[in-house]
Amino acid sequence: MAECHPVGYQWVMEARERGAKVFHIDPRFSRTSATVDRYLAIRAGTDIVLLGALINHVLSNGLDFREYVLAYTNAATLVNRDFRDTEDLDGLFSGFDEETGRYDPSTWAYEGDVPEEEELTEGGKRHAEAAGSDSYGARGAGASATPPEDPTLTDPRCVYQILKRHYSRYTPEMVEELCGIPREQFDELAEAITANSGRERTTAWVYSVGWTQHSVGVQYIRAASILQLLLGNMGRPGGGIMALRGHASIQGSTDIPTLFNLLPGYIAMPHAHRHDGLDHYLEREGADTGWWGNRRAYVVSLLKAWWGDAATEANDYCFDYLPRLTGDHGHYATVMGQIDGTVKGYFVVGENPAVGSANGKAQRLGLANLDWLVVRDLVLVETATFWKDAPEIETGELRTEEIGTEVFFMPAASHVEKEGTFTNTQRLLQWREKALDPPGDCRSDLWFYYHLGKRVRQRLGDDEIDRPVMELTWDYPEIGAQRDPDAGAVLREINGTAADGRLLASLRELKPDGSTSCGCWIYCGVYADGVNMAARRKPHTEQGPVALEWGWAWPANRRILYNRASADPQGRPWSERKKYVYWDGTRWTGPDVPDFEEDKAPGYRPPEGAKAEHALAGTDPFIMQSDGRGWLYVPSGLSDGPLPTHYEPHESPVRNALYGQQSNPARRTVDRPENPYNPALSPRFPYVYTTSRLTEHHTTGAMSRPLPYLAELQPEAFCEVSREMAEEIGLDNGGWATIVTTRTAIELRVLVTGRVRPLRLNGKVVHQIVMPYHWGYSSGGVVTGDVVNDLPSIVLDPNVYIQESKAGTCDVLPGRRPRGRALLDLIERYRDG
Amino acid sequence: MGGGWLSRWPVIRQLKGEDGRGRAARSARTDALRPRVEDAETVARSVCPYCAVGCGQLVYVKDGKVTQIEGDPGSPISRGRLCPKGSASKQLVTHPGRQTKVLYRRPYGTEWEPLDLETAMDMIADRVVRTRRETWQQTHEGQEVRRTLGIAGLGGATLDNEENYLMKKLYTALGAIQVENQARI
Repeated sequence: MAECHPVGYQWVMEARERGAKVFHIDPRFSRTSATVDRYLAIRAGTDIVLLGALINHVLSNGLDFREYVLAYTNAATLVNRDFRDTEDLDGLFSGFDEETGRYDPSTWAYEGDVPEEEELTEGGKRHAEAAGSDSYGARGAGASATPPEDPTLTDPRCVYQILKRHYSRYTPEMVEELCGIPREQFDELAEAITANSGRERTTAWVYSVGWTQHSVGVQYIRAASILQLLLGNMGRPGGGIMALRGHASIQGSTDIPTLFNLLPGYIAMPHAHRHDGLDHYLEREGADTGWWGNRRAYVVSLLKAWWGDAATEANDYCFDYLPRLTGDHGHYATVMGQIDGTVKGYFVVGENPAVGSANGKAQRLGLANLDWLVVRDLVLVETATFWKDAPEIETGELRTEEIGTEVFFMPAASHVEKEGTFTNTQRLLQWREKALDPPGDCRSDLWFYYHLGKRVRQRLGDDEIDRPVMELTWDYPEIGAQRDPDAGAVLREINGTAADGRLLASLRELKPDGSTSCGCWIYCGVYADGVNMAARRKPHTEQGPVALEWGWAWPANRRILYNRASADPQGRPWSERKKYVYWDGTRWTGPDVPDFEEDKAPGYRPPEGAKAEHALAGTDPFIMQSDGRGWLYVPSGLSDGPLPTHYEPHESPVRNALYGQQSNPARRTVDRPENPYNPALSPRFPYVYTTSRLTEHHTTGAMSRPLPYLAELQPEAFCEVSREMAEEIGLDNGGWATIVTTRTAIELRVLVTGRVRPLRLNGKVVHQIVMPYHWGYSSGGVVTGDVVNDLPSIVLDPNVYIQESKAGTCDVLPGRRPRGRALLDLIERYRDG
Repeated sequence: MGGGWLSRWPVIRQLKGEDGRGRAARSARTDALRPRVEDAETVARSVCPYCAVGCGQLVYVKDGKVTQIEGDPGSPISRGRLCPKGSASKQLVTHPGRQTKVLYRRPYGTEWEPLDLETAMDMIADRVVRTRRETWQQTHEGQEVRRTLGIAGLGGATLDNEENYLMKKLYTALGAIQVENQARI
């Protein structure tokens, strides 16, 4: 955090000065490690063992926050009697189909929930193949609102007992053996987090892509959620699990997604085999209880925003204008489509896959097989120049004169040359004022897509297939000599309007009957009463610490989600020290906007057959879940199991000591010649690698390597290794190392330090190598270097299709890599060897 | 500061035993220095474009040029602070390596060529319309899908919400479903 989010880290430093104890768990010792109370070196790819052992510690010592757990989680809920755990099946849950590598999740359901046809269900094959779990960014999957419970938590089929069994072998000894964390360090951590949780205190977890970029990435976060729910650390000040996102508006680009499987507000793209019309679609996407029960209003309002008067009740509000998914259409599938020639044209906007995505060679081979490519960026990124300077030109695999890709490089406006909102890592929208016009041909992406859309419409006719484009609402006021579309008008469309054009103040005003329009339901209210709330800038010195009048957070400007859980079931603060949102006898109040209906009393009990929010009791804080509870156990929606389970990375030098099942059985592999894998446990690839970032650079370096200040601070691509590893291989500090996987080999400068440590796993020593990935062969860089992301393979988490780039295996040789054909020969020997 | 040129010479004052870092180090030039931000014509309230912390920035402009970018002291997130990248962001928007002209590489070409912005926009629109029509899928495995797998998009996590919104809206209306960004990869 100190390394990649330095200014955010000032708050951690302040908390520490006030007595907070801070741990840092990471394969590499970074600027964060240098400032904490205790640094724990961990083998990359083993965090679920550590988190599972902490869960086990809490459960076997009765340290859970029992009143919170009973009232606010599904600990007491009974699960289907046919459910079988990984303890019963040596690392598999019930329902696994060896042939397809997919789970049928029917047996994971709550007792009494009748699963529908496997093809249609959330978490089932069709849902999983289009990464359906991504839609849980703003809500939970469908399940019963009032499943049977055992409040004594003794029934062997209740979630609490299932959890206990599942994690019973996640012990400190296992942590030592798999993670390489010594017993005394584990004990200190376990003691600290449990002592620091409960009525009077809360503990927070912070993570980043070191937890997500794994073939079990989603389950890493789930494991932390279980721990935090058991300790009562969700929805309370000083608690939570904070995702530190790496880019200015990466949160915004998931909320209003440029993602294949989502529409704005985490609404799933329709799937041809799961959804027919609008009604059928709405039935299949979640439950009717909890806030998500209002989804018809959100979906219809989005369709009205896009197709205006053309969207009517009679035509399902143009629901059929939405193209249909039939499987994985994600980034890596798209790259394979490029290599196969089905993808002809490609827009790359402020991104640099030739350097930034796993298996860089596959990325560049895809680019080289396009008909046309449009790259929009501030500088000539490697993705724009691959046709003349890619590594494959040097090896002879590609020849400039034989690459048929037509390339348009369109220079982009910078962040000060356009107005608009970023959504930061805490869901806060902040409006940026425009400081000046962009130079030359530089234009904003808003300009580009708006004017492209206009030109495309001029070229289309009245063909049936052209109607979704011709009837699209696409009239935005144009401003200034450059005819920039008005970003404020776009934000107002996102906010939504009533039939009379009035800007909506809250998502509660959204209607299912076509009388409201709203481009993104979770952002409804950002332009309440005609005020751009994201542009508010009341200084922190003039308001309280929650700072509700600086920017605007979704939903409804709530700063801590699920904050009704900061009060006890009766609505009283858990303690004076942790007082936040509470019931004052007539309404919920406090320094934050309550994430609850303001006038729903703690004593409210839903009547039989109630729907949407009315189906949740006054004691159900997790309002986006069908049962209002925090899910320790996930009965529906995930494609690789209801509970986080340790699986080794796809490429690992270590056998899974917990189960016969080595890796996540549901992980997605891409078995093609462009994407060979290092065999698991292979002695040819004995070292563990992980990738990382530095304060002075940004992702692939396009926004940092061309800047002399930053280039001078971190001039050269390097790898960091321990003294022991350097000695074993014969690496010299300041010299060169060649890092080899079955994909390729790259060369990096060697930094020998005591910051990377050899790990002792059950007597076996495992060395790790850490590589910042900011360098590439051009990007107008003052400094250049080999592409670290050429090393990882494409193997994906089965829920959201993120690649496993944080843990893999490699070999390391002293000296520089071979050039030209000789490089290919080296890789050939490793593949065959 | 009175006296002759000798007494105004900082080294003399420093030799006389004054603290060499304070008043003694001041020269006439020092006294004449003014902060760059003082004569800015406009100040825009902005947000740092690097990581997702969302630090406030103040962007100072004079004569149509960015003269300085500083942390916004009012921000409850950053309280005026910026990290090395944020502090270097004036260079991000003004460095000479920044491309300001459209460039075109024709198929099998070995060099970039200049291209007019309007022409480039028309050429891209032509290609979108042509590729969409040539690769249109009305049905797939017996199901209505109304889409093209011929056009894809990637990017980006530093785009504004308004930009991502128009992108997704246009791609979806065109039937292009292979739309991705950094949030996944």
